[in-house]
Amino acid sequence: MIVIEQILNGVEFGITLFLISAGLTLIFGVMGVINLSHGSLYMIGAYAAALIIAHTGSTWLALLGGLAVSAASGVVIEMVVVRRLYDRDPLDQVLATFALILMINQGAVMLFGRQPLFVSMPAVLLGSVSLLPGLSYPIYRLGVIVLGLVVAAALFLLINHTRIGMLVRAGATHRQMVRALGVRVGRLYTVIFGFGAMLAGLAGAIAGPITAVQVGMGEQILILAFVVVVIGGVGSVRGAFFGALAAGLVDTMTRAFLPMVFRQLMNGSDADALASGVSSISIYLLMALTLLVRPRRLLTGTP
Amino acid sequence: MTPALELRGLSKRFGGLTATDHVSLSVPAGTLHALIGPNGAGKTTLINQVAGDLRHDAGAIMLGGIEIGALPAWERVRCGLARTFQIAQLLPHFSVLDNVALAIEVRQGHCFRFFADARKNRKARDQAMSHLEAVGLSTRASSAVSDLGQGECKQLDLAVALATRPSLLLLDEPMAGLSALESRKMTELLATLKGRLTMVLVEHDMDAVFALADRISVLVYGRVIATGTSEAIKADEAVRVAYLGEDDGRC
Amino acid sequence: MTWGALEAGPLQPAMRRLGRLSLRAAAAAMTVGLLLALPALAKVFHVVFVLGLATQVLIYAIAAMSLNLVLGYGGMVTFGQAAFFGLGGYTVGILHQQLSEAGAFLGLVPGSDSLVVCLAAAMLVSGCAAAIIGSLSLRASGVSFIMITLAFAQMLFFLFVSLKTYGGDDGLMMRHRDVAPFFDTGDDANYYGVCLGLAAGWFVLTARIVRSRFGFVLAGLRQNERRLMAVGIAPMRYRLVALIIAGMGTGLAGALMANDLRFVSPDMMHWTKSGDLMMMVIVGGTATLIGPLLGAAAMVLLEASLAAQTENWQLYLGLILLAIVMLTRGGLAAALDRLFGGRR
Repeated sequence: MIVIEQILNGVEFGITLFLISAGLTLIFGVMGVINLSHGSLYMIGAYAAALIIAHTGSTWLALLGGLAVSAASGVVIEMVVVRRLYDRDPLDQVLATFALILMINQGAVMLFGRQPLFVSMPAVLLGSVSLLPGLSYPIYRLGVIVLGLVVAAALFLLINHTRIGMLVRAGATHRQMVRALGVRVGRLYTVIFGFGAMLAGLAGAIAGPITAVQVGMGEQILILAFVVVVIGGVGSVRGAFFGALAAGLVDTMTRAFLPMVFRQLMNGSDADALASGVSSISIYLLMALTLLVRPRRLLTGTP
Repeated sequence: MTPALELRGLSKRFGGLTATDHVSLSVPAGTLHALIGPNGAGKTTLINQVAGDLRHDAGAIMLGGIEIGALPAWERVRCGLARTFQIAQLLPHFSVLDNVALAIEVRQGHCFRFFADARKNRKARDQAMSHLEAVGLSTRASSAVSDLGQGECKQLDLAVALATRPSLLLLDEPMAGLSALESRKMTELLATLKGRLTMVLVEHDMDAVFALADRISVLVYGRVIATGTSEAIKADEAVRVAYLGEDDGRC
Repeated sequence: MTWGALEAGPLQPAMRRLGRLSLRAAAAAMTVGLLLALPALAKVFHVVFVLGLATQVLIYAIAAMSLNLVLGYGGMVTFGQAAFFGLGGYTVGILHQQLSEAGAFLGLVPGSDSLVVCLAAAMLVSGCAAAIIGSLSLRASGVSFIMITLAFAQMLFFLFVSLKTYGGDDGLMMRHRDVAPFFDTGDDANYYGVCLGLAAGWFVLTARIVRSRFGFVLAGLRQNERRLMAVGIAPMRYRLVALIIAGMGTGLAGALMANDLRFVSPDMMHWTKSGDLMMMVIVGGTATLIGPLLGAAAMVLLEASLAAQTENWQLYLGLILLAIVMLTRGGLAAALDRLFGGRR
């Protein structure tokens, strides 16, 4: 039973990772921009939702608000900074987006202080439900999983069955060609960036009740999101989905069960420390494994 | 007499597409063997396999009687093989002279020298200059690569290849992108090299091919359909069929 | 920006170059002089904290120069350089702890607090680590390479966090700096001198390497790998050696930092530290010799001066960095070059 519970937790973590990596892989794959500030958009979504729910108590408003604020932030960032980086050296992109992280983080500190914000779980989603005899699982987390799957399905439909999705797929594989065909690349890019930001903000908004909302939450998950992007393949949303699920499961399961395994081999505190260390790097090991087994020569984004 | 280059049953497939279909070829030392064929025949793919930029699926590649098929590209260069590229591969931030000098430094010995200033290597610089003179670029020695014209870029590409003192030189469409005047100059240049090293020339420019080639092979859909002297090829029925209605590649 | 007369006589370009050269030489001489005189000046003006800052600048300069070899000249974007910074620091810290506890690392290596031994050990350890990490990472290229180097750094970070015997998350403290034979390293002015000497030495070494045949090949590999392979170069060997040299330099910097602060923590190998080093290299100007020096100075001094003014210094630092990227091409080194009338 614990196993199933942990599997569900892993899926839930994976869903969060997916929402962030989906935007990241699109931005990197289609526009060729390394965007380190993507994690900050996750944080913006979390803070916006936390604020709105604190002031209005409405879950729906908080969710929509988180989406709207992060999408808007994304559009602003794209128009002011990222737009000028498309043809620049990847290192310049790294520096510029890193600078953005500093600014956004400090802005958050100035507005909210350094103490983590605790968001109370929306009343309608409180409590657990009994899935199987002996297994009860929090409704909220189930809701997150369901929401994530719905969003994933919608994304697949969008990318594979609409015109804009076709442009995205084309852009991910042949950026120059898409430009040459006269597509209004500027607007397309802004839309994609804003959309990716919205997804990240959604992840942040729904993460609020589960994890603490604080400055620096973006960077922690950004690294993992990049790893997921590499596991799934740059530019592939489907890859991001399966990669994120794999990563979420690997991370959660190792954290849950490794201490038990190691305690058989060595004494208590050493076992715990080692288990904690190994489970922290489990996602990186997964990535290294993926790269060694299926070596891919990925370009750094320049045509 | 061991041929300078011998291909036996060379094959390459990309999924369902056969790019190279059991190609066999024998090139005696000091001669120039031309490879012609319609667009998409797989000429560049063949060159890439011989050079080692592409892994072949089956067959043998013998350089001077020695099997080199298992060697990576850079090691084949150490065995005396060199190539030029259809789109000249140059080092854009170095000067023209530096581009050639680097090739010479590499040939001079191992490159784990950390202390001597490479640009003060008189011997290498002088040799580089002589190679530039041979291709007609000595006046542009200190120019930036970005200042070179199309024809000059191809000349530099050739100079770098020659700087490795190869015994076999693979030329991938050296006339591509050149004006009529530049093509003539390149043809004269290649003519001066005949006899001194073995060359395999892939080209669409028929004037150059017929002027330079000792033997010609015609490649269609990855298969060699005819091999012979210029006269024999000109008269060959199968070749005419293959080219009928085909643009010969010149713009 | 010419130096006076407008006619293009045969002497004019030479005169102009001479003028530029002498201006640059003067600037270089002044900087060297200032660096040498700093301890005395600091005492005279009662601003001794400046010495501490300058020491930090010099240490980061060594790390930045090493990263520049790989990143700027070699064209390899690595996000894992901090791993060597941390390894260098921890070598010093662990050796120090072994000595004070009269123990031996892994039962084999006794402790030490000799500066020479510890610095050499740090370079050895980080060089070996670079060899291992490099040979594994170089199987990938592009984004995969970046991510694998990052992964290795994170693995080391989490490893050291979980090693409670060596401080874990809290880090290791050292009671005193490593000892040197002829002078007291505890004196900040003396330690500054050590760092200055080592930084100068590393600068000269880097300059020689960059101009050597090895550097020539490395720069060629960065510009067109295919072309280099076509003249007989096996790319991986040269890149690996560059990574090893850079690893040793960064390890040296880490060891010097550990001695400076008398403190080591896993943060030294966190990916954000890699990011800091990259910032220095990029801001200073990649593939230039003075770029890393300018970048290290800029970042350390900017951070220090902004932090002294306001609690929200990160905001302004971000703003300045953003401005530098958006408005300049080639970082501070290129800007200085343009200022002195370089041919750009």
